[in-house]
Amino acid sequence: MPENLKGLVGPEQQFKNYLSEGKFMIQRCKSLDKFFFHPRVAFPGTGERDLQWVEASGTGTVHSTTCNRRLPEKGGDFNLSLITLDEGPRMMARVEGTEPDKIQIGQKVKARISILNGEPAVIFDILQG
Amino acid sequence: MNQNDINNLRGKTAVVGLAESGCGMASGWSAMEIMANSVHDALDDAGIKLNEVDGVFAATAFHSMAAMSLSEYLGLKPKFADGSQIGGSSFLSHILTAALALDAGLINVAVVAYGSNQKSIGGFKTISEAMPYEAQYEPRMPVTAYALAAKRYMHEFGASREDLANVAVSARDWALLNPRAYTYDKGPLTVEDVLSARPIVDPLGKLDCCLVTDGGAAVIMTRSDRAKDTKNTPIYLLGAAMEHHHRMVSEMPDLVRTSAIDSSQRAFKMSSYKATDMDTIQLYDAFTINTLLFLEDLGFCKKGEAIELVKNNNIGPSGSLKVNTNGGGLSCVHPGMYGLFVTLEAIRQLRNSAGDNVGERSGGGWIDNAKLSVAHGNGGVLSSQVTNVWGVSETL
Repeated sequence: MPENLKGLVGPEQQFKNYLSEGKFMIQRCKSLDKFFFHPRVAFPGTGERDLQWVEASGTGTVHSTTCNRRLPEKGGDFNLSLITLDEGPRMMARVEGTEPDKIQIGQKVKARISILNGEPAVIFDILQG
Repeated sequence: MNQNDINNLRGKTAVVGLAESGCGMASGWSAMEIMANSVHDALDDAGIKLNEVDGVFAATAFHSMAAMSLSEYLGLKPKFADGSQIGGSSFLSHILTAALALDAGLINVAVVAYGSNQKSIGGFKTISEAMPYEAQYEPRMPVTAYALAAKRYMHEFGASREDLANVAVSARDWALLNPRAYTYDKGPLTVEDVLSARPIVDPLGKLDCCLVTDGGAAVIMTRSDRAKDTKNTPIYLLGAAMEHHHRMVSEMPDLVRTSAIDSSQRAFKMSSYKATDMDTIQLYDAFTINTLLFLEDLGFCKKGEAIELVKNNNIGPSGSLKVNTNGGGLSCVHPGMYGLFVTLEAIRQLRNSAGDNVGERSGGGWIDNAKLSVAHGNGGVLSSQVTNVWGVSETL
């Protein structure tokens, strides 16, 4: 990495750039063969820097879930969940396509990229069956 | 020196004065004025003059450089100051830092202070920045984070909303004995009251959440040799430890196990006492789930067993565990950051038991023969955990 970081963007901006291209990418440490989220400049805790971007499978499991109560005129109730990706890392996201208070811990979900407040965002849908 | 020598802080410092100010609603007072008023009252309580203070410790949601702003306001030129901001537990870590600075001889008298006028100027106040990778989804922080932990706790251990509500009912019962509590005259709560309150973020309703009030507090600390010569009963810091594992709830390694497991183990080890030795237990109850998690994480029961422990009002005034005896953040006071108030209550119980006049309470509000208290602070979203163990002189 050049000391002045010129000509590059940091991992947070890279993540957003990938989302804008329609790709949900996560980082993997090559030497440890481990995925992690959120994006960082080095593997958390031990500092390995041999990282690569890998397209996430997009499948995961609801680890915990809440219904945030909001007045209808402000957009109404919405879901907010923590999703454990099949690759291992966990992330916050919304689960949509189901009543926001009907989502269950342990349900399998599938990611898509949608627009939330004008920016691309990873949103999950319940995988049926 | 290494962590095995950690006991070298045990009993080296004491709180010799304390005060609160403007708790509830303090319209017309700024956060700084409330905080400074607390400091002067705490110095009066200690019988120590302002110009003897040479260590200043503070954090608020109103001042980016709280220790410096407070020092200037008081007219002090401290030789050591710390405004570390780790959320509501900041003050319990300030107490640890103050003990280190006192023991090292850097300072002689430390003040740890807080002040907030959030309620009278419009509601919950935070200076927390938006969290990357979370903010886009519009979590209602901090409630959403605690709701995610509560939901996971219910899933893993079969807890119900009623089990959470038991915590709020007991907290209110304590508040009804404490004229200082914001809900002192608001009557008891039933489980049904808690369940039917307005939902905020499922599974937490309004009465699962702490109060939103104004208020300030301060404690004065000295080395133990000096403490013997002050006006009131010194209460000694027997153990103190902190730990944190995450900042964002999405990074929390385990939603139902906090780093209070680690902070409390080390604080109790330093104190040479164990959880079950504590006569009063003061836990940062920003939400009902906190009390369940911290009873387990501090070692009062095994993981998942707090559900049973809080049943039948067992943590209320008539119960076997004296938990949050002021009414807690749920029913006494919660001016944004509550950490100094668990500290005040832990110490007040010991001072009352030792014969100091620290205020009137209805029958059972003061714990007879209390000699040891644990004060546990929580900050962020179950993030920073700090445990302090306090005792009277005979526990040294």
